[in-house]
Amino acid sequence: MKNIQSSPSPYKNIEFILGSLLVGGICLLVLFSFIIFPDGGESIDLVHRLQPPFKSAAHFLGTDPLGRDVLARMIVGGRISLVVGSFSVLGAVTMGVVLGLVAGYYRGFWDTLVMRLADVQLALPFILLAITFTAIVGGGLRNTIILLIVTQWVQYARLVRGLVLTLKEREFILSARAIGVKDRGILFRHLLPNLAGPIVVLMTLNIANNILLESSLTFLGMGVDVMVPSWGGMLADGRTYLQNAWWVSVFPGLTLLLLVLGLNLFGDWLRDRLDPTGRTAK
Amino acid sequence: MVLAVTFIVSYAIRLTGDPALMLVQGAGSVTEDDLVRIRESLGLNVPFIVQYLNFLKGFATLNFGKSFMGGTSVALLISKALPATLLLALASMAISILISIPLGVAAAVSKGKWQDQLIRILSLVGISFPNFWLGIMFVLFFSITLKWLPPSGMEGPLSFIMPALTMGIIMTATNVRLVRTTMLDTLQSQYIMVTRAKGLSEKAVLYKHALRNCGIPLITYFGLQFGGLLGGVVVVERVFNWPGMGTLAFDAVASRDYPVLQAVVCILALLIVSVNLIVDIAYGYVDPRVRKE
Repeated sequence: MKNIQSSPSPYKNIEFILGSLLVGGICLLVLFSFIIFPDGGESIDLVHRLQPPFKSAAHFLGTDPLGRDVLARMIVGGRISLVVGSFSVLGAVTMGVVLGLVAGYYRGFWDTLVMRLADVQLALPFILLAITFTAIVGGGLRNTIILLIVTQWVQYARLVRGLVLTLKEREFILSARAIGVKDRGILFRHLLPNLAGPIVVLMTLNIANNILLESSLTFLGMGVDVMVPSWGGMLADGRTYLQNAWWVSVFPGLTLLLLVLGLNLFGDWLRDRLDPTGRTAK
Repeated sequence: MVLAVTFIVSYAIRLTGDPALMLVQGAGSVTEDDLVRIRESLGLNVPFIVQYLNFLKGFATLNFGKSFMGGTSVALLISKALPATLLLALASMAISILISIPLGVAAAVSKGKWQDQLIRILSLVGISFPNFWLGIMFVLFFSITLKWLPPSGMEGPLSFIMPALTMGIIMTATNVRLVRTTMLDTLQSQYIMVTRAKGLSEKAVLYKHALRNCGIPLITYFGLQFGGLLGGVVVVERVFNWPGMGTLAFDAVASRDYPVLQAVVCILALLIVSVNLIVDIAYGYVDPRVRKE
């Protein structure tokens, strides 16, 4: 138990402040987008198509090839990223933690099964699984979330299993068993709270990663529907008009970068706080 | 493992729909007889397990059958796309190694100072970059604004710069951290203290003694990254219209071209599994301590 009180470095605080400002700011904007942009950035205005940014107050970041406001679509598009990021991580955590707990605590058949499955999945890079998956069931918001859950649970299962293997030999678990606590009680009331730190750290970093993956899938045309405003979709649209309308692809990408960066900064800070021994380090 | 992967992939692809229907789209009046004839000519009229065994037999003899679209032999398509993808992957890896080793060493040496923090922040920024967006920004800057580099395709060495740089920079972000931690571990060991005590120059200590001992773990990390690298290359290919495996796969999905998709996914998976295996074996070969365990 060394280094819990790691030396206070001014840089660490910058990481926290910058991270929470970026994430908090973008989340707030996206949450209030229902009020700021009641039309959802969908109003088409062909007369004012491809307007450059910083010229008029009505379209501060310019308009896209259909005359839709880039700023509005960008902020509304954040909904997709936040929804996919949070739901896919919640799903993956639930699945991974339960399977990891069971595998690490009971060992034997379940352990072998879960870990074999994890090995096969890790042999294939995400994008190949994604291509095959979308070829079968198609894209869309729900399928994208499912795809991310079934590909990302492995990380949690491995982390939890590894930690359980060492924790279950500790005295407090032995004494819990000695006084007759049921298996379920041991798993969820005694083991799980001790794993919370590393799991929360992994979750933060995983949200960032999943948001990136969703946008690349959508960019490739395999994620959410292109008609729904999303950052990946806007980038795919904008790429065709790169020659004469740079703003359509620059701003959504920049927001995506800032959100992911904020989450990563925050996760990095969290890791030093909750997981000083670096169990979630890559 | 490879068998399991190929089986699942080829079974799954067949669930996606009937390619015969795809082929006749827009062909006007089509009777059920026509569809049956097309299926027969594509070898789709036999049960799946027979199709799969045929595929495996073909795979072993490098005969992947013909593409449903246009009837080009799949082996020919792959023989063009695979080198393009591998070249791009190798170029990206070379760039990433060239940048990340000096930066990682610099960060480790200046641990806790501002140089270290700067490199740490830069690497966080790099990890957060969407690879396809970085590619688009390169096109915007180097092809459209400066008109220095071709925006897409694979023609001549100039066309390599942007795609390889895109992947290389993204990978560098993670690699710098790896180099830094490995180097920090090595610098704490006693033989480094001995070299310092001998009065060797700092440069000799770092690059002759420390870096060499970092080599083994780093080679392993870089090797195990191969899967992720290929995955990234597949996405970046799309941005630059690179004629590689990624482009081939996306087109095959769109047209339900089973033989092509099956071959692409299986070859990539096989490649990744075998690289990982080679790395594992090489690791034990280079570092005798591993063999003892």
